[in-house]
Amino acid sequence: MNRRYYFIIIGLLVLLTSAGTILNEFTGFQKPVNFPQPVYDFSKNPVTKDGFELGRKLFYDPRLSRNNTIGCGSCHIQGAAFTHHGHDVSHGIDDRLGSRNSPPIMNLAWANAFFWDGGVFHLDLQPLVPITTFSEMDEKMSVVLEKLRQQPDYPGLFKKAFGSEEITSAKTMKALSQFMLMCISSNSKYDKVMRKEGETFTPEEEEGYQLFKQKCNTCHAEPLFTDYSFRNNGVQPNRNDDRGRFVITLDSNDSYKFKVPTLRNIEVTAPYMHDGRFYGLGQVLDHYRSGVQHTPNLDPLLEQKGGHGIPLTDEEKLKVIAFLKTLTDREFLKNPLLSEQEGLLIYDK
Amino acid sequence: MTKSKYPAWKTGDFSNPANLQPIAAANTGFTVQITAGGLATPLFIVYICFRKNQPEIAPNTVSKNNQAAMKIFFKMTMLSMLTVVVLGSAKKEDHPGIRNELVDLTLEFDNVAGSKDLLLNSGDYTNSSGESLNVSQLQYFVSNIKFTGRNGKLFSVKQDDSYFLIQEHEAGTQTIKLKVPPGEYNKVTFVLGVDSLRNTMPIDKRKGVLDPSSSMDNGMYWSWNSGYIFFKMEGTSDAAPEDPTGNRRFRFHIGGFGGYSAPTINNIKSVTLDLSKQGAVKAKKGRNATIYIKADILKTFNGVTKLSIAAHPSVMFSEYSVNVANNYSKMFYHDRTVN
Repeated sequence: MNRRYYFIIIGLLVLLTSAGTILNEFTGFQKPVNFPQPVYDFSKNPVTKDGFELGRKLFYDPRLSRNNTIGCGSCHIQGAAFTHHGHDVSHGIDDRLGSRNSPPIMNLAWANAFFWDGGVFHLDLQPLVPITTFSEMDEKMSVVLEKLRQQPDYPGLFKKAFGSEEITSAKTMKALSQFMLMCISSNSKYDKVMRKEGETFTPEEEEGYQLFKQKCNTCHAEPLFTDYSFRNNGVQPNRNDDRGRFVITLDSNDSYKFKVPTLRNIEVTAPYMHDGRFYGLGQVLDHYRSGVQHTPNLDPLLEQKGGHGIPLTDEEKLKVIAFLKTLTDREFLKNPLLSEQEGLLIYDK
Repeated sequence: MTKSKYPAWKTGDFSNPANLQPIAAANTGFTVQITAGGLATPLFIVYICFRKNQPEIAPNTVSKNNQAAMKIFFKMTMLSMLTVVVLGSAKKEDHPGIRNELVDLTLEFDNVAGSKDLLLNSGDYTNSSGESLNVSQLQYFVSNIKFTGRNGKLFSVKQDDSYFLIQEHEAGTQTIKLKVPPGEYNKVTFVLGVDSLRNTMPIDKRKGVLDPSSSMDNGMYWSWNSGYIFFKMEGTSDAAPEDPTGNRRFRFHIGGFGGYSAPTINNIKSVTLDLSKQGAVKAKKGRNATIYIKADILKTFNGVTKLSIAAHPSVMFSEYSVNVANNYSKMFYHDRTVN
């Protein structure tokens, strides 16, 4: 019996010491056990080490922008869960500003629509938007392809990833998808508690979790913390009168609805809402308890007897925030596999 | 195939027979069936042999009767597949040149404004609202081209190679060169725009004018609302209000394939032109019969909806675009045929 315990302890020690290296090794796309089946069709674009690494190089390559100044990684910073930390709306080329907050690149294999209004229905078509949008990278796809062809590294990398040196729109988009699909955040404290990996919530976090399940979970459904629906959460429309989902469907029932964002890593993705109007989680919860405006198509869940919003005491608010912070996934935020440095180390010696 | 400087979508040259389907295949994809049959038959044989050597895997789910029936079904399928393959290959031998029989046929698009030729920037035209205008840009997609023979038989250009972007500023794009089986055709049908299937296809299926590096560069794709712009016309008019640049411009960017996950506007237009009045086309070996089609851009303004630039200087992805699409879908007419 004793010997068995020794083996277990030795085994655990080996695991612990190798944990760092596990992170550095490419293991392909693996569905976290507490996640549902992904919606991305991997049969059409299987994630390979070479495809992923090419995607990562492209993701951080400023050649994707008109004057070679910004890459995808400029507004999608890993440490901020691939958002543009501190920027209310996207800040692109030549200091141009967009009208919406840069969303996280995280767990996209489970997403069926992209952008705040869901205007893009496939991940492989998503990067076309920031690359060509005037206020973001303002480049032409044909020029991007030409720049990549001129770069000595790329033809070989495309060959490794897709079998031929030819550089096409489809391959470029698929490589970027492979990188983005690997941006999986599933190792927060919350995940470890749910998977019973030895961590437990503090009493405050546990109470926050119970409150969350009562008051927030319908839209921010576990385990991805979004139900991928479009809803009007009662924020006062901006002066630009952004009608959100309506812009895509032209259905007046969709006016002022925006995609329910995930809450994973919410601690590091400020500012919040589609236009980045709130800089703190406290402000966000204050909105839900007292700031909800009765605008057209306000979500019925926010309609309460005698008012709007979600009742929440000061004490409850702090508990919910304590719980939300258990969704921070340090391994994801620091995973060297996803970082710019890793890409530079490998190719740009 | 030798690499030409320009891809087929640009030159409109579809001389490569692989790009075309014989007439029998117009709707059924006959060539595809042959290939599928050729592949499937050995697979079925392997499958059946494999099954025979296997013990019953799931006796509870498949009764013996069902198994017998399934065996017969498989054998029959196998037989029919073989027949298709044999017939398919026999047909090729009997008529060694379905492909050789294909002959040249050209569609020529000429954009006009009423009775005048369309001249970019310099032409001066007036719509039925009395607004004078000139046109600085005109582009539209023509796709899914089909011809109807006198006997009612339909010939469809192979789907993958049936997408063309007509641009007023690129004369070469206004000539579409096709190969068709010889014969007399009295109708041509095409889609003005891009069908919904292509609008939702995986990125690797988007080739030629549909490739993002082409369609987007030409400004004929909405990336933010994934879908192609079918028709784009811009120009200036004194009737237009001053825009932020101080110019008086009108801009019509019309698209909308019906929506992917939620239904929305559908501006895909099918156009059929009867060729019999101005001369049916006779496709013959050694001739290059040409169908001249005119597109009167003033119809965009002067249709069921009287489109006023003053009231609608900019029409893009909106409900009103449906009216513009209905108007311009009537802009084509058959001018003449040169056989």
